Amino acid sequence: MSYTEATLQVLSPQGTLVENDATAPYLPWIAKLDDARLQDFYRQMVIIRRFDIEAGNLQRQGQLALWIPSLGQEGAQVGSGYAAKAQDHIFPAYREHVVGRIRGLDPMKIIEMLRGLSHGGWVPAETGNFHLYTLVIGSQSLHATGYAMGLQFDGVTATGDPETDAAVLVYYGDGATSQGDVSEAFVFAASYQTPQVFFLQNNHWAISVPVERQSRTPLYLRSTGFGIPSVQIDGNDVLASYATTAQALDDARSGRGPGFIEALTYRMGAHTSSDDPSKYRDAEELTFWSERDPIVRYEAFLRAKGEGDAFFADVATEAEDVAADMRVRTNGLGVPPASKMFTNVYTDAHAGVDAQAAWLSAYEASYDTADGDRA
Amino acid sequence: MTAAKTKTAPAAKTPPAAKTPPATKSAAPVVPAVESLTLAKAINSGLRAAMAADPKVLMMGEDIGTLGGVFTVTDGLKAEFGDKRVLDTPLAESGIIGTAIGLAMRGYRPVCEIQFDGFIYPGFDQITSQLAKLTYRHEGSQSFPVVIRVPYGGHIGAVEHHQESPEAYFAHTAGLRVISPATPHDGYWMIQEAIASNDPVMFFEPKSRYWQRGDVDRGASGIELHRSRVIRTGTEVTVVGHGAMVSVLLQAAEIAAGEGTSLEVIDLRSLSPIDYEPILASVQKTGRLIVAQEAPGNVSVGSEIAATVAERAFYSLEAPVLRVSGFDTPFPPAKLEGAYLPDADRVLEAVDRSLAY
Repeated sequence: MSYTEATLQVLSPQGTLVENDATAPYLPWIAKLDDARLQDFYRQMVIIRRFDIEAGNLQRQGQLALWIPSLGQEGAQVGSGYAAKAQDHIFPAYREHVVGRIRGLDPMKIIEMLRGLSHGGWVPAETGNFHLYTLVIGSQSLHATGYAMGLQFDGVTATGDPETDAAVLVYYGDGATSQGDVSEAFVFAASYQTPQVFFLQNNHWAISVPVERQSRTPLYLRSTGFGIPSVQIDGNDVLASYATTAQALDDARSGRGPGFIEALTYRMGAHTSSDDPSKYRDAEELTFWSERDPIVRYEAFLRAKGEGDAFFADVATEAEDVAADMRVRTNGLGVPPASKMFTNVYTDAHAGVDAQAAWLSAYEASYDTADGDRA
Repeated sequence: MTAAKTKTAPAAKTPPAAKTPPATKSAAPVVPAVESLTLAKAINSGLRAAMAADPKVLMMGEDIGTLGGVFTVTDGLKAEFGDKRVLDTPLAESGIIGTAIGLAMRGYRPVCEIQFDGFIYPGFDQITSQLAKLTYRHEGSQSFPVVIRVPYGGHIGAVEHHQESPEAYFAHTAGLRVISPATPHDGYWMIQEAIASNDPVMFFEPKSRYWQRGDVDRGASGIELHRSRVIRTGTEVTVVGHGAMVSVLLQAAEIAAGEGTSLEVIDLRSLSPIDYEPILASVQKTGRLIVAQEAPGNVSVGSEIAATVAERAFYSLEAPVLRVSGFDTPFPPAKLEGAYLPDADRVLEAVDRSLAY
């Protein structure tokens, strides 16, 4: 399953703007972007790709228990991530590292999680409303819908002011479309007309299972039976991702109900560091998508607009710095005390957990010797 | 002693009301401070009080709005508070729990009704993998005060999936609190305390007791949420249960008393955490313990109590802790439920075995 006649492309693989009837409604969104924001798109894509490679290396060196690469999906993620406004809430799956970075999350929180130091633990109110990762496939779709219902009940959406009205953006993948929760989220979202955008990154593989096993029809059609309008885009086109998400979010925040975007992209790397894609996919497919790399085409676009070598060199340097900084900080991470496992199981005091925490503390203390070593 | 000669149905009378101080007139100016209510009406009254006290409290579920719930527990709430606070949701349990989680993130305190016990499993993943673990995942920056009301248990002659007792699944899951009221007084108070809790609470309502009356004292609950309570004192054998089983235990105690045996009855009230102190104190006095439940015995709340009492009161025990429970079968067709569900005779049979040691 690849591009269809319906696939919206704003930026061709050669890096030229596509101007036709289909793109016409979206081009004004691009026209409104200033040079600094256009640079941001590139910078974030390049930095996260470098970060991604570094994290993969650290996993191979035993510094991370797991790494989840986003290689190849930078266009879909950066465009949609920048489309959200400050007041919006974002519910990621677990591969949207750069969206978190755009919203203000220190990606070290992701590193800590995949090193085995936390289950996430960042504070969405301090990370641009970028909520925690959800590893059970598709579960977050319902949380997002409930949150969007709460926005409605609170009267902070559809007031007529798109600069302050809030909406919700939820990410998931092609595998998740088979989960019941995602369909139930469509049901609730359509029923309550939630201010919400469902953003599907169809990267064509759910670990080893091709998207054709999940659906016999293009996935962008999935929502229409629920009464939710959809658009299919070239997910490796950062501008299409930005413009369609911005439009759908504005529709949502303006009281026009939920929307659905299928971004056709490709997982260039493995599902995770535990996966070996050479066992199930062929080189031709990889080549096809390599020729549609989101960064390559966007660099061509920027160069055609007049961006010079200095900018690209600066970004490359910044990416190296971010990766180096991440390596240093990763190597400096300690291990939390065992007492952390008992903390925040509940919000209010809980006799059973408290008793077990006290027991473990006493047990560990029983090993202590005068010189501080275990006997 | 011997078991009662004839099989006995669960007692129609409600257990004695809690020993609470009489309420003052000022405590409840509109309704009498102490009023006789059915369990269903008492929970309804508690829900109404919670909704009136906190605008963030929402009701969600299937048929809970216009219809007022299939057991009428939410009767009248939609008319009083509107359809933005009493939501007749689409028919999807995972959707109900999952969206309640999102609403909790937004600062709401959703109260979800699962229509019948056996329909909770479509929502099981959202309850156990999400709701129960999200406070932990957030490292405490976000609380999830969601209450899930579950009419549970047998005695109503209903079809498959309508008479089950699934509480052990949830008591096994860290992050959840699990409670079950046996009386209208506890129904009124415990539902409000569950809603006030900052943690997820599974609230198991003994549906066979919905229509039994009891005095509700609106002045004071008289006991903390997670405390178990001795509701009949005795000297020879301690019997423990929750929900609908409590009335069976009281009935058994009455029969046993007539035959000269003194049972001490404890209403568990909280299944997670379990309040062991009253149980241990009782066992230290009687030396014998029987744990009764409608749920299957295998890997159950009763199993956990038996193991814990064996660990913590071994030298007080004169006999092994015995379990009286549903059998390790699916809940049978309704015409067989009389043989499946523990009644006073099954409890007394266990009393005999305990005393024979």
